Amino acid sequence: MASETLTTSEYIRHHLTNLTFGRLPDGGWAFAHNADEAASMGFWAFHVDTLGWSAALGVFFVLLFRQAAKGATAGVPSGIQNFAESVIEFVDSSVRSSFSSRNPLVAPLALTIFLWVFLMNLMDLVPVDWIPWALGDHGLGIVHFMKVVPTTDPNATFGMAFGVFFLILFYSIKIKGVGGFAAELTLQPLGKWFLPFNFVLEGVGLIAKPVSLSLRLFGNMYAGEMIFILIALMYGASIAVGTFGVLLQLSWAIFHILIITLQAFIFMTLTIVYLDMAHQEHH
Amino acid sequence: MEQALLYVAAALMLGFGAMGAAIGIGTLGGKFLEGAARQPELIPVLRTQFFVVMGLVDAVPMIAVGLAMYVMFAVAG
Repeated sequence: MASETLTTSEYIRHHLTNLTFGRLPDGGWAFAHNADEAASMGFWAFHVDTLGWSAALGVFFVLLFRQAAKGATAGVPSGIQNFAESVIEFVDSSVRSSFSSRNPLVAPLALTIFLWVFLMNLMDLVPVDWIPWALGDHGLGIVHFMKVVPTTDPNATFGMAFGVFFLILFYSIKIKGVGGFAAELTLQPLGKWFLPFNFVLEGVGLIAKPVSLSLRLFGNMYAGEMIFILIALMYGASIAVGTFGVLLQLSWAIFHILIITLQAFIFMTLTIVYLDMAHQEHH
Repeated sequence: MEQALLYVAAALMLGFGAMGAAIGIGTLGGKFLEGAARQPELIPVLRTQFFVVMGLVDAVPMIAVGLAMYVMFAVAG
């Protein structure tokens, strides 16, 4: 960055920009230096920070639970084992209450979704400036931008929702057959004489599932991070305003803990419910 | 003029979203309290379902909030 002093809107824009690696209009591959360059990359833009943090948190989750499983004893359980067992019991009871068919994929999928989304959302509680400063212009100087919360990137949430959508389609066709699935889309709620009308209605309902799943998570996390950024602006004003900012940050962070857990839980529950609907014959 | 319209757009999105969310969750909360008053032993069960439905009612308003924030800060500057 050329100047050290930023205006408020520049600061906000800076914190809303992902670390993008992609192909510039002149053909070369590089990290984008500002938001306009990132937008000019079009399709060939990779949000390296989203990809990196989501992969790292996924690996962390897998290693943590692997550690719990390997060290599991029938005697007095360790802390990790207790935690893993309580989470697995919680997911197990959620799946049992919502899913009525037999499918060994659903419960591990629900566990993965719940904990992975929760861990990604949890990164929002780290103060907004810490990691970008440590890795950026004030610290190691490696990268210019770093958004640490992958779920504030609609790419991440849509990626997960597409995965769930693919599973919905796969199991619908596997259980009901292509004909059965097509019949379900075209013969409800009115009879076969209203086929185009039925198809539009059911089609919208089908597409609304992944779209709402991803945008719900994105909207919640983006709004939460936005408020954290706005509160972080107060630290640059004065000591008095900064102290008030500390109070606001604390209270918003405590409220956000509820939102984080709730959104992860809702993503998991809706995935289970959609997969249950995919497995069931409608009549 | 374009800048001003972007702010008005964001304000409309936030306002209508807030109205919808407030009415929906208020009604839902009222029903929850009614149910809790009738059968206090079911409060944990009802509370779980309350949060699930709250997440669903809140979904479209939250989407509107996310998009409005994006318009207000990343587009309008």
